[in-house]
Amino acid sequence: MASARSSEGIYVRATVRTAVKLLVVGHFAVGKTTFVGTLSEIRPLRTEETMTQAAEHVDDLAGIQGKSTTTVAMDFGRLTLNDQLVLYLFGAPGQHRFKQLWKDIATGALGALVLADTRRLEESFDIMGLLEELELPYAVAVNDFDGAPRFPEPELREALDLLPETPLITCDARDRVSSTHALIALVEHLLRRPVREYA
Amino acid sequence: MTANRRERALVRPHVVTGGRAHPTRNTFDLVTLVTVARDQVAGLSPEKRRAMELCRGGALSVAEAAAHLGLPVSVTKVLLSDLVDSGHLAVTSESPARGGPDLKLLRDVLDGLRALV
Repeated sequence: MASARSSEGIYVRATVRTAVKLLVVGHFAVGKTTFVGTLSEIRPLRTEETMTQAAEHVDDLAGIQGKSTTTVAMDFGRLTLNDQLVLYLFGAPGQHRFKQLWKDIATGALGALVLADTRRLEESFDIMGLLEELELPYAVAVNDFDGAPRFPEPELREALDLLPETPLITCDARDRVSSTHALIALVEHLLRRPVREYA
Repeated sequence: MTANRRERALVRPHVVTGGRAHPTRNTFDLVTLVTVARDQVAGLSPEKRRAMELCRGGALSVAEAAAHLGLPVSVTKVLLSDLVDSGHLAVTSESPARGGPDLKLLRDVLDGLRALV
């Protein structure tokens, strides 16, 4: 559907009635922004949210240092899937300290794609743990960096400690078709899960 | 809570929202779509006028509006929900189903993605 990809300025088509979102998560410099930018039909956008954090390890005696504020940037993009449906992709920073931000983004999200780098697989554990806490289903896509070591899938699955049903794919975040296939694998996984009963 | 912190908190929930840190409706999501319903800006604050000018071109999600306005999402939610309450904007997207997406929606997403490759 070529017409669905043509971006008509910055606005969503007037016929669209449903907007859904997927999270694209992963550790620093794993390729989240690239992935979102590759797939987005609009110029990828960025919002910044100032977060006030409880001061666990900050010297409280100074008073004014009692809370630290962090600016968290979120990159996102949009894909028109048909005349009534748009998909938003939100790239979220991986650190556990951004849990509150994640909760806000994850509410109502269909699922998440975890981007991983074979040179730093252990950095994905925290992220997968956070998704499990939030009960957000996910698939893992190894971003195929030039020069990064490649491993057989069973080794990768073991290294990432994946459940048998969790999809593991390889993608090139710079390539539109490859990145789209990663999202397809995620949504196929979502369809295989039992449908939740209405609360 | 120290006196210093209390003072900081008083100015933090941005002035543009009239002091409120939370929107009047909690159904506003990052991907809630809004569009102009009543194209009048008389009596609106400068930030709300800017939001109306942006939304005049067509429908946008809350996240997109925030990015184009250069405001945090939390502040944008307050502005836009106020404008919905006052009848200036209307929500054009359906609220997501409680308890998660239904199969038809997921299939539509899958079909749409497959059509792109």
